[in-house]
Amino acid sequence: MADDKSNATAYWKANLRLITGCMIVWAFVSYGCAILFRPLLSGIPVGGTDLGFWFAQQGSILTFIVLIFFYAWKMNRLDQQFGLGE
Amino acid sequence: MSQFAINVLFVGGSFAIYIGIAIWAKAGSTKDFYVAGGGVHPITNGMAIGADWMSAASFISMAGLIAAGGYANSTFLMGWTGGYVLLAMLLAPYLRKFGKFTVPEFIGDRFYSKQARLVAVICLIVASVTYVIGQMAGAGVAFSRFLEVEATTGLIIAAVVVFFYAVLGGMKGITYTQVAQYIVLIIAYTIPAVFISLELTGNPIPPLGLFSDHAESGVPLLTKLNEVVTALGFNEYTADVDNKLNMVLFTLTLMIGTAGLPHVIIRFFTVPKVADARWSAGWALVFIGLLYLTAPAVASMARLNLATTIYPEMAGQVENMEEAATNPILYEDRPEWIRTWEETGLISFQDLNDDGRIQMYNGNADFTDRGWEGNELTVNNDILVLANPEIANLPGWVIGLIAAGGLAAALSTAAGLLLAISSAISHDLIKGSINPNISEKGELMAARISMSVAIIVATYLGANPPGFAAQVVALAFGIAAASLFPALMMGIFSKRVNNVGAIAGMLAGLIFTVVYIFVYKGWFFIPGTNNLPDTPDNWVLGISPLSIGAIGALINFAVAFALSKATQEPPQEIQELVESVRYPKGAGMAVDH
Repeated sequence: MADDKSNATAYWKANLRLITGCMIVWAFVSYGCAILFRPLLSGIPVGGTDLGFWFAQQGSILTFIVLIFFYAWKMNRLDQQFGLGE
Repeated sequence: MSQFAINVLFVGGSFAIYIGIAIWAKAGSTKDFYVAGGGVHPITNGMAIGADWMSAASFISMAGLIAAGGYANSTFLMGWTGGYVLLAMLLAPYLRKFGKFTVPEFIGDRFYSKQARLVAVICLIVASVTYVIGQMAGAGVAFSRFLEVEATTGLIIAAVVVFFYAVLGGMKGITYTQVAQYIVLIIAYTIPAVFISLELTGNPIPPLGLFSDHAESGVPLLTKLNEVVTALGFNEYTADVDNKLNMVLFTLTLMIGTAGLPHVIIRFFTVPKVADARWSAGWALVFIGLLYLTAPAVASMARLNLATTIYPEMAGQVENMEEAATNPILYEDRPEWIRTWEETGLISFQDLNDDGRIQMYNGNADFTDRGWEGNELTVNNDILVLANPEIANLPGWVIGLIAAGGLAAALSTAAGLLLAISSAISHDLIKGSINPNISEKGELMAARISMSVAIIVATYLGANPPGFAAQVVALAFGIAAASLFPALMMGIFSKRVNNVGAIAGMLAGLIFTVVYIFVYKGWFFIPGTNNLPDTPDNWVLGISPLSIGAIGALINFAVAFALSKATQEPPQEIQELVESVRYPKGAGMAVDH
């Protein structure tokens, strides 16, 4: 049982680490690139405007899609690795 | 064939499909009714989530909002998609593992409290009812515009169709009609967008067209748009926003509100495995993204198109934009689509300076030097999507498609909301509190009756919308963000948060948010009862009432943690429950009771 427990704890910690990483990217592209850092990115032109505008109207959505698939794929591997999948 | 006949054909055809699905996908058990039997494929579910999520507001109004606000309204794009990342990582897989039928049920079990469950039911009903009224009203408007019937008659026809598949099939019927509705709405949305993008930029993919060169003038589309709108006294389309705090909080409120909306969460209960819940979120965002990546392109292209329709000299390579702006078209020469939409009242013209020309510009700007005495063309934001096919001179069947698409968007969301409401009543209130010994058959009957009542109430409110119906963004997202999302997240990620903390947290977040909204928008949205005018100078720290849900969520977390610390930790079996939702293993067994 003790092994089961530490295995489960390790799985959960790995999940939390993964979530934290993904959340940093999530916040960085939307609140960062698209809103707060937009003035800093204004020097990078994208089709008649700047990179921040692109992130606000396209880039963050595309990143969100990639993030979810990455998370789902990575979690499937964790599920198997720790023997906690279905 | 007349346009009317084409519209009837498209709308009637799509309705026939929905009714056919209703007859095929009849619910035989409560499990069928609440979670579609629990065997929905993640891609199918992703599509159904797409239709469930994309409402009349996403389909009809969002592009118009972005067109009007430019960069500043990108908040809707990020806010209404970013929530899916939160769902995929913070809520959906664990709630699926929990394996019960409703959102309040998780809150009630996890915080071992009927009161907590009741608070969740109330939040769910207020948020969902506000939301559903807009859908029904939207369906009525679409009917009256495209099928030339009274809005109320249209609403009743729509209600009868929803009644068919939602009452007979429950979640099972709703799931498969939502898939069909997604296909209808995405085709209807993208076809006109592709043609407009092709016409304006030569690029058939709207999201790429948005950042391409404008064909007629050779300058980038967005540069062109900035030049055009500034010459008419508006801010630059891509202009940055000064109040970044408010923009961040508004986006955050929309994101966590999205993740906390029960009608979205319950869709994740329909898949067989925990892993499928994660994949569904990804697929859902792919399908939602198709529309959300297209919408900003539609927005800027339609705005440019409208301006150059009124000021044809602005379209090509222009030396002096100010001069081009002085020569709008004569009212008599207005294009056919303006005439059509004038009949609906969504476009109106008033010749303030009696020169017979259409001066369309920012009415707050002073252009008396040009002899202008005010903006003469009032254009409802919703027009941009609805009139898109006509503006781009597309054939009649595309207009029929838009009609069917708008109705699909409204009805699919309405059905999802109605299911969330009726299952809260039959499962959380009736089985959970009033009559726990109710038989399976009895509960299924109760679910069907609650659904029928919910449809009747929603139809009535759709025909006679109360004042709060217009406050979907404030009310539904505010409540979901401030009360439901934090409670669900703490229920999964903390073993320490207990019943006292959770209830106090939910109530604190809810009351704080609702009071802040009422102070600016009027108590219970009754006009004239607001304590402070709803303008940026009066907002605390510049935070608008629409953005306050994020602060409410913060308060919810803080109160819940503080009170939980000060009171007894949850009993052992609850801590084990939290453990069990964290690991996918054994999800198959956890289904049912």
